[in-house]
Amino acid sequence: MEIIDLLGFGDKGWGVLILTGMALTLCVTLASLAIGAVIGAIVAAAKLSDRWWSRMLGTAYTTVFRGVPELLIIYLIYFGGSSAVTAIGQAIGIEGFLGMPSFLAGALAVGLISGAYQAEVYRGAYRAIPVGEIEAAASIGMPPLRSLRRIILPQILRFAIPGLNNVWQLSLKDSALISVTGLAELMRTTQVAAGSTRQYFLFYIVGGVLYLVLTSFSERVFNSAERKSNKSMPRGMGQV
Amino acid sequence: MDFPFLLSTMKSLLAATPTTLGLFSLSIFFGGLLALLIVTMRVSNNIVARNFAKGYIFVFRGSPLLIQMFLVFYGLGQFGVIRHSIVWPALREPFVCAVLSLALCTGGYSAEIFRSGLRAVPPGEIEAARAAGMSGFLLLRRIIAPIAFRHALPAYSTEIVLMVKSTALASLVTVWEITGVAQRLISQTYRTMEVFMCAAALYLILNFLILQVLALIEHRLNRHNLRPAERKPSVMSAFFGARP
Repeated sequence: MEIIDLLGFGDKGWGVLILTGMALTLCVTLASLAIGAVIGAIVAAAKLSDRWWSRMLGTAYTTVFRGVPELLIIYLIYFGGSSAVTAIGQAIGIEGFLGMPSFLAGALAVGLISGAYQAEVYRGAYRAIPVGEIEAAASIGMPPLRSLRRIILPQILRFAIPGLNNVWQLSLKDSALISVTGLAELMRTTQVAAGSTRQYFLFYIVGGVLYLVLTSFSERVFNSAERKSNKSMPRGMGQV
Repeated sequence: MDFPFLLSTMKSLLAATPTTLGLFSLSIFFGGLLALLIVTMRVSNNIVARNFAKGYIFVFRGSPLLIQMFLVFYGLGQFGVIRHSIVWPALREPFVCAVLSLALCTGGYSAEIFRSGLRAVPPGEIEAARAAGMSGFLLLRRIIAPIAFRHALPAYSTEIVLMVKSTALASLVTVWEITGVAQRLISQTYRTMEVFMCAAALYLILNFLILQVLALIEHRLNRHNLRPAERKPSVMSAFFGARP
């Protein structure tokens, strides 16, 4: 009975807070996926470029953001961002320490990491497009931008779905680390609930189960997206 | 650039490097043993063992490592049975808890990687070995394990790099490894960028060295079927990939 009270939606229950935290986890991961998509596209373009310095910058980005612990990057963005915000505040006359909004810091940090992984996904997807299709588009007189919009981007998106699934799962788990900035997402809420009720085991199990719900549910979404996008294609190896 | 500050930062981070390496090597060792056990259960014919392994892999790959670590560190101590047992003096130590949860987590990931290696063993080779009179452990040791390990090694290298990064989470259960010390320095000095650069450089060097060793092992294991043009091991191409 005590367990139901603790997890329920009553006065003593943590149910509402934990479910809100779960929604916030989903929001912050979606935001980081969007940020990562923009960064990933730019970095992938840089790595596919003919210019050596652009390729080098792209490689440096992916090496650093995939080789350094996620926690360290979150510290960099949160503390670095906070001191930048404080400096701006002092310039316009606000005294004292100003914190960077933790949602923004978290989404940006996980987005930067996700961007590095997404860049590799998009690069691989671009490589998978047969050269003949791009040449065919050029030979019937399609300007590069239109060929990008009509021929290249739709195919990149289709080839990228399995890779994006991996990146999404990774970001979902990385988002738990944003709890160190104090953002009340699923991990942080679980931690607070566990600490204030002293029911550590119970709440961490509940939190873990809710993460499992998130990861297995999104796996299904990605699989159905992959099936849908391959509907018009001949069946090949490794399809769901 | 404030070189004295960078130098003193680097010194305190280097002092924490043995802790990171200890966490890493112990968890890779125990996680590898665990993965062998899980993968044996996963490919066995016993339905209970197979489903247990499936469940284990699902749970440990689907939830964040941080929650697993907190479960071990804070959760286990809640039970009187564990607090009064002989393992408690060990489980009270943050370092032991961190190694335990890192090993449990990498066990799930590595088991899947080893399984993909097992699936790459051509059935013809096993049949040939059986025809030559090998079976049981001898077949495993001479034929299956070497081929499977060779196929699993590239993905396993990725997992190993991810483990180097995962040791950073141990700082959240009060183990003073590189990231924990870096965080302390950042909140003491508020010179985020300098401290970050030192710590990041340290991690990148560690990862680079570990990948070099792994690339060398991979090169050695594949020496018999390399074409002349591929004789040089390429670290950069195998540099960090997403978890499968």
